[in-house]
Amino acid sequence: MTDRERDPVSGRETTGHEWNGIKELDTPVPKGILIFLIVTHVFAILWWLLMPAWPLGWTYTKGLLGTNQHERVEQQLAQAAVARSAWEEKIASLSFDEIQANEQLMNIVRQFGHKLFGDNCAACHRSDATGGSNYPDLTDDDWIWGGEPETIAETLRVGINSPHGETRMGQMPAFGRDQMLERDQVVNVANYVYSLSHPEYSTAANIDRIEAGHEVFMTNCASCHGEDALGSREMGAPNLTDKAWIYGGDLQTIISSVHGGRQGHMPTWEERLTPVEIKVLALYVRSLSVARP
Amino acid sequence: MMVSQLTRGERQGSILIAAAVALCGLALAIAGRNDPLGVHGAFVLVGSVALIAFLLSRLDSPEPDVSRRPSEYYDDPIKVGIALSMIWAVFGMFVGVWVAAELAWPSLNFNTAWLSFGRLRPAHTTGVIFGFGGNALIATSFHVVQRTSRARLAGQISPWFVLLGYNLFCFLAVTGYLMGLTQSKEYAEPEWYADLWLVVVWVTYFVLYLRTIARRKEPHIYVANWYFMAFIVVVAILHIVNNLAIPVSLGHAWSYPIWSGVQDAMVQWWYGHNAVAFFLTAGFLGMMYYYLPKRAERPIFSYRLSILSFWGITFFYMWAGSHHLHYTALPHWVQTLGMTFSIMLLVPSWASAGNAILTLNGAWHKVRDDATLRFMFVAAVFYGLSTFEGSFLAIRPVNSLSHYTDWTVGHVHAGALGWVALITFGSIYTLVPSLWKRERMYSAALVEVHFWLALIGTLIYVFAMWNSGIVQGLMWRTYTESGTLAYSFLDSLVAMYPYYIARTLGGFLFLLGAIVGCYNIWMTVRASPAAAETALKDLPDARWAEGTATTPAE
Repeated sequence: MTDRERDPVSGRETTGHEWNGIKELDTPVPKGILIFLIVTHVFAILWWLLMPAWPLGWTYTKGLLGTNQHERVEQQLAQAAVARSAWEEKIASLSFDEIQANEQLMNIVRQFGHKLFGDNCAACHRSDATGGSNYPDLTDDDWIWGGEPETIAETLRVGINSPHGETRMGQMPAFGRDQMLERDQVVNVANYVYSLSHPEYSTAANIDRIEAGHEVFMTNCASCHGEDALGSREMGAPNLTDKAWIYGGDLQTIISSVHGGRQGHMPTWEERLTPVEIKVLALYVRSLSVARP
Repeated sequence: MMVSQLTRGERQGSILIAAAVALCGLALAIAGRNDPLGVHGAFVLVGSVALIAFLLSRLDSPEPDVSRRPSEYYDDPIKVGIALSMIWAVFGMFVGVWVAAELAWPSLNFNTAWLSFGRLRPAHTTGVIFGFGGNALIATSFHVVQRTSRARLAGQISPWFVLLGYNLFCFLAVTGYLMGLTQSKEYAEPEWYADLWLVVVWVTYFVLYLRTIARRKEPHIYVANWYFMAFIVVVAILHIVNNLAIPVSLGHAWSYPIWSGVQDAMVQWWYGHNAVAFFLTAGFLGMMYYYLPKRAERPIFSYRLSILSFWGITFFYMWAGSHHLHYTALPHWVQTLGMTFSIMLLVPSWASAGNAILTLNGAWHKVRDDATLRFMFVAAVFYGLSTFEGSFLAIRPVNSLSHYTDWTVGHVHAGALGWVALITFGSIYTLVPSLWKRERMYSAALVEVHFWLALIGTLIYVFAMWNSGIVQGLMWRTYTESGTLAYSFLDSLVAMYPYYIARTLGGFLFLLGAIVGCYNIWMTVRASPAAAETALKDLPDARWAEGTATTPAE
């Protein structure tokens, strides 16, 4: 403290300490800092008075406002439920046709359905509901289990190949792997199925395979997919004559499907979503394919 | 370099320590042979055997003149520490850019488990915080404590033990994450055996630091050392308490924490926030308090302000952790305390930033002309900005918008890039020429390039995350007239996409700057030493050190 010197730039005295050339000025704490310090402390004290703040053994100071975060959440949830109850009751009680005829309700369906779809369905079916490899397109109006809102709601409720007791069940056997068909038969029937959606494929060069495949189809596939290969909604067997494919419609993928079989999976949503939410989602999904030209 | 300053006896001592570590590695490798633990045991074994071989090969090389020790600083561990720090910086920042890119383009994980976001993200945070930041703190603390005490480090082997042991911890941490090992505690992910090892290393660090300060030739302890001490002491307490856990068995890497439920969450965020406070703030304030006045050649603006901010920061931070748990199962009153103490913390924090900035009065022309000093000035500004933002985000209603969004990520990076990394680069650019006895850095222009890459990178990053976070927060709370949420979570992700790309770009520029810095440091080290007279000034006071001269430190 002996060699206090004055800093020429600020005119302040130093503290007289020095470390490897570093000195420090003895500048008093600026008033602004002290005032600001007091302001923050006053704010804290006021907040302690108003809110739950300090522990007192087994309890704590409750605060003059008497607020409690658990009660507040419950109140807010109750308020939100009241706000929704008017249209929720309508959706619960009206039939699908009646809701579809009500433009006001359908606006809510589109808004809320978009949110529900994004949070629950988009992970597999994509955000625009067009599916993708291994997941069906929900916008093409080509349905495996049926596209009426009632049917969609039922699919949502029980799921497909899900643990639900009433689940929809559909399985395409692994004809090749499980040795129900010879390798040749698998290729032939795939050629036949491919030709259904690609008429130009039925050339003289392929016609023998296709006809042989037709025979295999009638004995092995027609029971589910139908003799005309248009599919069956009871069995969950898709239409094989159109251009809508879940796993891919090229010849090679069809051969894999016949060889290794297919079994899709959709969860049951009965426990996760409320009946009103399932109804909204069904109507929303339905509206996606209707909207498409 | 490592060995030439050690006597033959110290070399033998080092071999014994390395052999003990090798035995621990062997034990882990055998006990954990059916577990990732065995892989780590094998790493430790191979590493320590390599070290033993290295020491043995130099056992008989010429010995140093022990009588000269009290009149020379011990700088070799500092040099290696700086090199390790820069290596970790490039590694950690590269992984950071990679995980940022994964968020924009998820297929960059190439369907590989160890490249997945969940494993790489802690590799990034550990790489930059503990690898880059921790090594920089150890190296600069060794430098600052010697210079401000005018005394040599109180040990020959222990500085190496601290430095290499600490890097072994970082290595176990990062390789563990890649193998899928984690305690799932943020910034405290490493498993029990790595944690125990760090306790040994850290206590050694603490003792070494205390003993060096005890040797000081100055009547007063300089502010920087208050902060370094706070950093070392509190990190030890935090690390031990938060990592109390019981291993599944001594042959398994996994463990269960002794805390459960909301108490576990509270302990974790008491740890997490004080890691920010005492690792990322106190330690780097220690750095700032030495290298900024040194570079500016100005006295500290106010000693009184230093005292006010030091005690304010150390006292108030301890209470603030619960602001990480607003609107959770944590009792409301604990949240209130976390919030109000965070607000009271603002003034001491700003007093530190203000003390640094006002120290530059009389040196503003240097801030303009010297990118190294400008690094430290901008760091102090970002320190002020992030501490304001931190107190603001701790207010419960504000937190209800910001929590779980990218705003938090932006806040962290304003602090980590803008404050921690910039003060470190400024300090290293000040330290490197003096340590290697060069007149200046190899290229002032490259320091300038690094400064602008770092600043622009930080600004792009932080603005992208502010925007992204606020958009996210608003989308999650927007209701329609019919009382339903307006957006799905997926909608908010789609909205994030452009910001994620911008953030990747910002991080990439910052990484580029660090690589430029590495090159500049390397070229400086390779240059020929400056005239001997500049080096002569940088010596400890050997007057009262006769007693310690011949006694081996360990």
